[in-house]
Amino acid sequence: MLNAKLTASALAIIAVSATAAAARDQVQVAGSSTVLPYASIVAEAFGENFDFPTPVVESGGSSAGLKRFCEGVGENTIDIANASRKIREREIAACADAGVTDIIEVRIGYDGIVFASQIDGPEFTAFTEEQWYKAMAEQVIVDGALVANPYTNWSEIDASLPDAEIQAFIPGTKHGTREVFEEKVILAGCEASGAMEAMTGMGMDEDAAEDACMSVRTDGRAVDIDGDYTETLARIDANTSGVGVFGLAFYENNMDKLKVATMSGVSPSTETISTGEYPVSRPLYFYIKGAHIGVIPGLKEFAQFFVMDEIAGPDGPLAEYGLVADPELAETQAKIEAEETMASGS
Amino acid sequence: MTDMTASPAEAPRRNGSLLTADDRTRRRNAAERRFRVYGMIAVGLAVLALVFLLTSIIRNGAGAFMQTYITLEVALPEDKLDKSGTRDIEELKKATTFTYSPLIKDALEAKIAEEGIEIEGLSKEGDLISKEAAAQLRNFVLANPEVIGTTREFEFLASGRIDGYYKGRVTMATAELDGNISPEQLMLADALKEAGALETRFNWAFITAPDASENRPEASGLGVAILGSFYMMLIVLVLALPIGVAASIYLEEFAPKNRFTDLIEVNISNLAAVPSIVFGILGLAIFINFAGLPQSAPIVGGLVLTLMTLPTIIIATRASLKAVPPSIREAALGVGASKMQTVFHHVLPLAAPGILTGTIIGLAQALGETAPLLLIGMVAFVREYPAAPPEGFFDPASALPVQVYNWTTRSDPAFVERASGAIIVLLVFLLIMNTLAIILRRRFERRW
Repeated sequence: MLNAKLTASALAIIAVSATAAAARDQVQVAGSSTVLPYASIVAEAFGENFDFPTPVVESGGSSAGLKRFCEGVGENTIDIANASRKIREREIAACADAGVTDIIEVRIGYDGIVFASQIDGPEFTAFTEEQWYKAMAEQVIVDGALVANPYTNWSEIDASLPDAEIQAFIPGTKHGTREVFEEKVILAGCEASGAMEAMTGMGMDEDAAEDACMSVRTDGRAVDIDGDYTETLARIDANTSGVGVFGLAFYENNMDKLKVATMSGVSPSTETISTGEYPVSRPLYFYIKGAHIGVIPGLKEFAQFFVMDEIAGPDGPLAEYGLVADPELAETQAKIEAEETMASGS
Repeated sequence: MTDMTASPAEAPRRNGSLLTADDRTRRRNAAERRFRVYGMIAVGLAVLALVFLLTSIIRNGAGAFMQTYITLEVALPEDKLDKSGTRDIEELKKATTFTYSPLIKDALEAKIAEEGIEIEGLSKEGDLISKEAAAQLRNFVLANPEVIGTTREFEFLASGRIDGYYKGRVTMATAELDGNISPEQLMLADALKEAGALETRFNWAFITAPDASENRPEASGLGVAILGSFYMMLIVLVLALPIGVAASIYLEEFAPKNRFTDLIEVNISNLAAVPSIVFGILGLAIFINFAGLPQSAPIVGGLVLTLMTLPTIIIATRASLKAVPPSIREAALGVGASKMQTVFHHVLPLAAPGILTGTIIGLAQALGETAPLLLIGMVAFVREYPAAPPEGFFDPASALPVQVYNWTTRSDPAFVERASGAIIVLLVFLLIMNTLAIILRRRFERRW
């Protein structure tokens, strides 16, 4: 009987404390898995240097993060959404419907996307967008007609490429990286190769031609990776002729296993990305819920700390990990200071 | 049966000695031998898979329990750490970790000069020491402001790459290719080791320390995850055991057997097979969105896992209640005990070992679950230890399997080792729980 009493009182304690749950005192962040390492580095340093508790950072992808961000205002919703792309109009509208109106957009820097293969594999050292378009597209133009992609070997596309089967591991559609890959590599290659022009010449309107350019082949030569870069690395490890799409930071941490290729003759590095020479890069953002500033302790301080020169500047720990510092960091700092929201800002 | 009666005439007649086997007996014996071989092959395959899994995990993960440390004499100058000279804690806090990291670098350079180490082409020697060191130093100074102005000996974590060098993960050849470490830095580490300033030893921090960011794999540990898992198991135990046992006793001993109870029974068996992610969706909808409980908190995780474990416990409890012979009940009722007394004084104690075993197995299952935690925000980077219960149930925490998952997605190869190390810890916990279940069953089981 003693046991029964003990359990009863334990239940009572839980019930009582459930109703008296204390106010949340730590910042909660969720979103892009590309931004996650940066956010966790900053969260850790923030917890070390301030009296505020270390923010909790979750992953899950840009879209999922923004969806949760837009669920509403209140302690059981997140304060910051990380995104590896800009927030969409549709998402801003969804946010507004749920009462999330004062959104502060913060650009933390740029991320490079690199093409790498096994270090002992075939000599994939130089690519162009055009080659990638031809290797990845669902349909390509051959002799003036749109046909299903006939290429199975890189050397068929360009004699300068090694004689190896086409096998590419590209980010899955839930990743923000996929969008950049499609727009900055495939679409750019489509335009450069003249395929875009040929398609519009065939009577397609521009949108349809763009869509046709960006549809990736589904015959197993392009493999969508829905997991993280570690999964891509594991696939490359098992496949000598495989080429994978990685973030610059990931490559820099695994340089002993991967060999990176140039894109249009420019090799990826923080320097070439910050000058804009290396074409495949994208800005990284986080979005702050304005209504939570002043309610959740440490939220504004965390955002300010994130974009401090010592953190996000070219010599800070984020740059060391692989982030390309934003030359306009000072403006971002001023924006957070003034709590400038997206509506009033643009 | 019908075959035998239908064609008795065709059956071959036994007409030999019992000692020499006829064809049919030989065939039956051969079939039995074949079956035994199949059985041994099946067991062998399972054992082989287990051995393969364990060796790969242990080979990858054993390194996580060892860590490399560097001992240095660090000067703590007053002009940098306490410009006001008042030793006021608020003033001291203004010196951030960015102020402290140059001190460590200076200390390392002093050590190199003192030992007379000269390595050609050496640069970035500060990278030998973990970035955690600055925080360690700052926390120490804030806790003991009187040390400012003195020189003290500290033991810092070596960086992940240096640590990997002594575990065989990093070699001179890979360091050549690696942008984060150079062969010269490894030579410096060797020289420091010779000088006795660097050692590799058992790493308690792996069990106790919180998670760390991608820049410092060497500092990451399982502390928060173990605590989070422990809190959740506590909640599951406190909620699922009484609810599960009460429900099973009612269904087994008191409830009338009709269509309605049949329906409940079918549903319970069905729930036991529902994928765990479904419970996560339920948890998000009910506990977070409707009840307003905080995200990433063990209370929500515990409640979700309780829902998941309940069917297992109910099924195990009902089975062990069924196994108590009816004669026990009849005897108790016969001497005048009420139904309630019969159940609680006689049936339940006899069924207890089975109930406990079922509960422990259910808990072990819940301990290894990640999918439902994904949706309630527990798959997260959490560095703060949750407070003591009951408040701690509402603080953010992660869990052991979540930590494994988190570490496998990180880019630094040092986290692969950490992830395998975490799997070893998780397996040890599961082993302890399952052994406990077996011991309890052996110790208290009654046979009739």
